[in-house]
Amino acid sequence: MGTMFARGLKRKSPEDGEDMEGGLAGARATPSYSLQRQSLLDMSLVKLQLCHMLVEPNLCRSVLIANTVRQIQEEMSQDGTWRVVAPQAAGRAPLDRLVSTDILCRSVREQEGERPAPDVGDGHTADLVPGLAVVPSAQALRSPQSSLWEVDSSRENRGGFQKSLDQIFETLENKTSGSVEELFADVDSSYYDLDAVLTGMVGSTPSAHASGLQAFASAAAPPPSSSCRSDLGELDHAVEILVET
Amino acid sequence: MPSGTLAPLGSGSGSALSYWGPNEPHLPVSPPTADIISTVEFNHTGELLATGDKGGRVVIFQREPESKNAPHSQGEYDVYSTFQSHEPEFDYLKSLEIEEKINKIKWLPQQNAAHSLLSTNDKTIKLWKITERDKRPEGYNLKDEEGKLKDLSTVTSLQVPVLKPMDLMVEVSPRRVFANGHTYHINSISVNSDCETYMSADDLRINLWHLAITDRSFNIVDIKPANMEDLTEVITASEFHPHHCNLFVYSSSKGSLRLCDMRAAALCDKHSKLFEEPEDPSNRSFFSEIISSVSDVKFSHSGRYMLTRDYLTVKVWDLNMEARPIETYQVHDYLRSKLCSLYENDCIFDKFECAWNGSDSVIMTGAYNNFFRMFDRNTKRDVTLEASRESSKPRAVLKPRRVCVGGKRRRDDISVDSLDFTKKILHTAWHPAENIIAIAATNNLYIFQDKVNSEMH
Repeated sequence: MGTMFARGLKRKSPEDGEDMEGGLAGARATPSYSLQRQSLLDMSLVKLQLCHMLVEPNLCRSVLIANTVRQIQEEMSQDGTWRVVAPQAAGRAPLDRLVSTDILCRSVREQEGERPAPDVGDGHTADLVPGLAVVPSAQALRSPQSSLWEVDSSRENRGGFQKSLDQIFETLENKTSGSVEELFADVDSSYYDLDAVLTGMVGSTPSAHASGLQAFASAAAPPPSSSCRSDLGELDHAVEILVET
Repeated sequence: MPSGTLAPLGSGSGSALSYWGPNEPHLPVSPPTADIISTVEFNHTGELLATGDKGGRVVIFQREPESKNAPHSQGEYDVYSTFQSHEPEFDYLKSLEIEEKINKIKWLPQQNAAHSLLSTNDKTIKLWKITERDKRPEGYNLKDEEGKLKDLSTVTSLQVPVLKPMDLMVEVSPRRVFANGHTYHINSISVNSDCETYMSADDLRINLWHLAITDRSFNIVDIKPANMEDLTEVITASEFHPHHCNLFVYSSSKGSLRLCDMRAAALCDKHSKLFEEPEDPSNRSFFSEIISSVSDVKFSHSGRYMLTRDYLTVKVWDLNMEARPIETYQVHDYLRSKLCSLYENDCIFDKFECAWNGSDSVIMTGAYNNFFRMFDRNTKRDVTLEASRESSKPRAVLKPRRVCVGGKRRRDDISVDSLDFTKKILHTAWHPAENIIAIAATNNLYIFQDKVNSEMH
């Protein structure tokens, strides 16, 4: 399910990648798939939260967004990249200007050209379209970054997100004015700042607020082991606060 | 296919038919959101055209008969009646507003001198009766011309009141209000060919109503899961078969169509036929499901085919073949590489409608930048046209437009990046018999006619 972009594989542009140690100074040309995927995930979560308006939210739209979140989450869990990478957030694009985002919209056919022969993974292949690669967690642990994320933690996170999604739907279903207030009661006021939510870092380094991949490059410079783990913890914690009723 | 000579069916005053009035020129002001047209529907003869807007109003246009005395009005549509159908409401239980926006209008087949239509917002359906009054009685014995009681001493003889002609008055009255049938937002209504029942569909359920009974409806489809957390699919559109009163179809957000037979069971949870195109694995992306969501489904007039619209295509399905559509037409495939941005600005959730012409040979649907597209099923030719004030001068002929995606660019081409995504044509309608189309562009209504080929091919 979803387009698999296994780790440690040859990428289109040598500067691309999630090599956080070296920074992404040259990542100007093509944003990496994982970055965009993370950005899409964050965007989707924000969209779901922003459903709480005066008029009842559009259920079809909410369901489609939630399904998208589930897809991303599943793919991230499967290829072991379940972590918070500070996504570059340029804010919302104005309606009359389109930003070309090619990687996420690229078909599998194009991406397959960059991958080695697919490897059969674990039991999850049952519901995958044949031909798509499944990277078992063991294989994913090969590259240094992913060694941070054990299978356990990814499952836990998946559970956390599933829980968040479910709670979002419950609130959509049983809407009372009380629950809307409760949703935001305990939230740190900085969460009203969309940029903070989008970058996924509460009280993070100043550089995280700069837009563009260059900023991401510098923000990602510090060793990933501790900061990323704490980032994930913070995001998870934040989402739980947001959706808890 | 209209031979490319679509022209605005407007008055001599020089503008396409304005939403505000019959022969008023366009007022170049930015429109209030209440004026945004949310639905357009011709009646069964095409004589009347109804529009609903975000402010809960319905405006009905009537086609003037072509007459030699007034050569300028070549069967134009003029405002016939305007009324407030729905008002904003507040749901106190959920602490939410219920929008007055008219989601759909469907005409009932005419059975007597009066016209009737159903209009619906998110929660409530109303049946409206439209009658004309063009005569009034004169010569009462007890009342004078103004209606005041006469001084009886002045009455010396009896007279029989006579009907005298008067200026035409159109009266609209609500005959039925079908309320409290839906927990979720109504997206479709469809009148059955039996002319006695109709159905209304919301995101998770479809109800069957009798036109004369407002306090009861039958639930015929229910896809609500026991646990709302398991919800992954919703109903997006629904329609009765034009001839078989027991058949109806509903579409889903996952791109499937289900044909149901009401004779099979009271609750049509098991479909008779499931129409679903297998996914193309080479085109898969995170947005595949969203763009496969069907925004509109329409039976052909013949009843043999169904037309569906999803974000990038329109598809024709044969009722006898469930495996895949028999025809697929690309509406704006150049958007495929922009899906991420369109997701970000929510445009990917826009629900475009689609329409058949009277002979089922041409299909039409809207797009962005006030463009709309027509596909001729026989010649396989297609055309892109624009609904704009510039193109709607009298006797002007609509010029085909082209969107260029890099490569060679002709003079009048529009590049993908300069498309205006705020100008979307979601609602279109085709006259049941002639080559006349109604296009709703935000708050403006355009009516175009094929001058050369008025009759349907």
